[in-house]
Amino acid sequence: MPNKPFAITLKPGTSLANLTGTWRTTRPVYLDRLPPCNNACPAGENIQGWLFHAESGDYEQAWRVLVQDNPLPAVMGRVCYHPCEGACNRGQLDSPVGINSVERFLGDEAIKLGWKFNAPATASGKKVLVVGAGPSGLSAAYHLARMGHQVEIHEAGPLAGGMMRFGIPKYRLPREVLDAEVQRILDMGVTLKLNTKVENIALSMKQHGFDAAFLAVGAHIGKRTFIPSGDAAHIIDAVSVLRSMEGEDKPMLGRKVIVYGGGNTAIDVARSVKRMGAEPIVVYRRTRDKAPAHDFEIEEALQEGVMIKWLSTIKQADAGAITVEKMALDDKGYPQPTGEFETLEADSVVLALGQDVDLSLLEGVSGLEIVDGTVQVSPNMMTGHPGIFAGGDMVPSERTVTVAVGHGKKAALNINAWLNDATYEPAPKHELAGFDKINPWYYSDADKTVRPMLDIIRRQTSFDEVQGGLDETNALFEARRCLSCGNCFECDNCYGVCPDNAVIKLGPGKRFKFNYDYCKGCGMCATECPCGAIKMVPEET
Amino acid sequence: MGFQAVKFYQTGTFTVGNRLLAPDERSLQSVETRSNSINSGHRACQGCGEALGARYAIDAAMAESNNQLIAANATGCLEVFSTPYPESSWQVPWIHSLFGNAAAVATGIAAAMKVKGRPEVRVVAQGGDGGTTDIGFGCLSGMFERNDDVLYICYDNEGYMNTGVQRSSATPPAARTATTMPVGPEPGNVFGQGKNVPEIAMAHGIPYVATATVADLRDLEYKVRKAMKMHGARYIHIFVPCPLGWGTASHDTIRMARMAKESGTFPVFEAEYGEVTGVLKIRHKIPVEEYMKPQRRFAHLFGKNAHPETVARIQAIADRNIRKYGLLEDEGN
Repeated sequence: MPNKPFAITLKPGTSLANLTGTWRTTRPVYLDRLPPCNNACPAGENIQGWLFHAESGDYEQAWRVLVQDNPLPAVMGRVCYHPCEGACNRGQLDSPVGINSVERFLGDEAIKLGWKFNAPATASGKKVLVVGAGPSGLSAAYHLARMGHQVEIHEAGPLAGGMMRFGIPKYRLPREVLDAEVQRILDMGVTLKLNTKVENIALSMKQHGFDAAFLAVGAHIGKRTFIPSGDAAHIIDAVSVLRSMEGEDKPMLGRKVIVYGGGNTAIDVARSVKRMGAEPIVVYRRTRDKAPAHDFEIEEALQEGVMIKWLSTIKQADAGAITVEKMALDDKGYPQPTGEFETLEADSVVLALGQDVDLSLLEGVSGLEIVDGTVQVSPNMMTGHPGIFAGGDMVPSERTVTVAVGHGKKAALNINAWLNDATYEPAPKHELAGFDKINPWYYSDADKTVRPMLDIIRRQTSFDEVQGGLDETNALFEARRCLSCGNCFECDNCYGVCPDNAVIKLGPGKRFKFNYDYCKGCGMCATECPCGAIKMVPEET
Repeated sequence: MGFQAVKFYQTGTFTVGNRLLAPDERSLQSVETRSNSINSGHRACQGCGEALGARYAIDAAMAESNNQLIAANATGCLEVFSTPYPESSWQVPWIHSLFGNAAAVATGIAAAMKVKGRPEVRVVAQGGDGGTTDIGFGCLSGMFERNDDVLYICYDNEGYMNTGVQRSSATPPAARTATTMPVGPEPGNVFGQGKNVPEIAMAHGIPYVATATVADLRDLEYKVRKAMKMHGARYIHIFVPCPLGWGTASHDTIRMARMAKESGTFPVFEAEYGEVTGVLKIRHKIPVEEYMKPQRRFAHLFGKNAHPETVARIQAIADRNIRKYGLLEDEGN
């Protein structure tokens, strides 16, 4: 500034010469943290990831991100017990995001609009046998097909779906939904052989030249218990009852049906027979809060008029009646007999005491380890026999559709690696985006959208689906309740709140970066980031 | 409040931007082409509320005046940290004269522009609370009284900060400063003194008076833009927390401003011709204690030798603000 008077005129913006970044003792860094929903999902879904697309109304892209992990969203949106919602940070603000209902909406949109899976990768030339067309087998088949392997599913039953068809009642999962999602997997070129029971896995693999096998035969044998009974007592297991609901011949149970057990299967049976006009009574030895069934299912059953006798065991079953003994919980919460008895009318007793696995196909296979009737697998889902993997209800784990789907995916990844003489190394998990990482101020207040429920009379008398779905408007609303925990959703807060203009905006979809020449390390961006996608780390000295 | 608050698009209008909103519904600060009136390299402390507030306000004024803006600046933090010789952070025509005459300088510029036939050139004056409520108060009142065509923006950080945190007439009661020590039976700044300049400005009957905070960007931008659409004397009082003077963490500046508003300590409103026309409602009401506790200037009121009666007096002031301005949503609403 040669012609300007000394110290009177300064050039605009010349403070850029002063690199205030040297003041910094801690620096902000962008990171992706693990959203609690993703962390809780047994199927390993990137929930936050697909909700992100649903938020902007791009449902197809949302669905495509979803099915990268789970090929059965419309099924999931109905039968999953959504542990994601239990973990959702929004639950600490008002109520969790209705992840499950948005998933169902996406699944239903896909069926309605006929979205198909992307074509598989180039053929690998490897053949994989999947035994069982339940959720685990279907999931494995889908993922293996996507990786380019030739997949054949051998299913012992007459239809695909496994427990999704023969265990879960229609009022929770309409069969046309299941059929549509199974068909979409088969459309990828997966071969399904029905009524094909694998008697001997080693033999089947050898005969048909399979390079690997994934076993997912489920647990279809109803557990029995000893109940002293007269000759005329009608005792039947829950799996058989639910399976026969699918066929032409509905089970003959009579009017007074006692269901013995406190799990989801017991509730499913009771609600199913209620719909057939019977009067079910569930008998369970412990209390409601100790019952393994999900509380909302118990609640829905009670609403439909299912009777439940808590703290009761069956001592004796005779024709037309049973004797139950009242129990009391001891200090440790175990039920103890009280010596008080009661007689209940009973035309039949349905045992819903859990299920066992039919392991007959494994006879003669070397290296297997069976504990408590389940096949032991290593962390990569492989049994003790190289090349034979297993998952779903036949391995030790929680027995839900979602867990099974997760097993299928995990097994597929490991089978793929094994077929390529490699080891599958999952990417290290990001640190958890707990509620303490969230700045809740920035989120609009909005309570969860409640899904419509079928009216009670139709619930008691028909197998129509109980829970309705969301429509486009409220699905979008529900998606937009997502806090996007731990993952930048480009709200521009960091860009706006920096007093030093030290955040560079890279444009839509490209997020931001810091200009460390000027960032003083005040940390405002990290504090005001709504979703916890910025972390302050000590500056290296 | 005046700007259209968007009810539910994930973060609505709470965040700076929002990819779910149409571009013209996003804040000015979310746009890459914002003028960045005060550039990087300025020497404000880490987490300075005033540097942030000045960029928010002047960027908005620039946008509204099609970049035809001149800014006069009082002495104070903003002047000192933005223009240490030989550097300037300003990317707008900017002038500094004395501590107390920013309003008069701006008045002169506005008059000059009128004489030169440049009606498109708009003038803002800006200063801290010291330069506004104390030292420049006479010039400011004169500017109001003459209804000069100037928008005066006060960045209120409740004290003289760059000279070592002395009390101003905007320092809140009981606060510790270098000149109001936390000693004696009634420690810190006295109750019942100081001045409420937004209300004094309203008493001049000028076209527009508003308060704002750095925690409510959309509201702040709306008010600056609205003021720039008007002519005559206008006054905006922006609450800008000071990590240094208040003894707060540098990352908590916006949080402190938010809590000041949410506790009722700092009422956010706008007024035209001396009448209140709108208030920014409290969203999640908090007690003043929650706002005061993170600030070391109030530390003597808590802990071992606590003064709960003093905190209660401050709460009463906040409650009075809430009543007076109607800061809570109506019952049943």
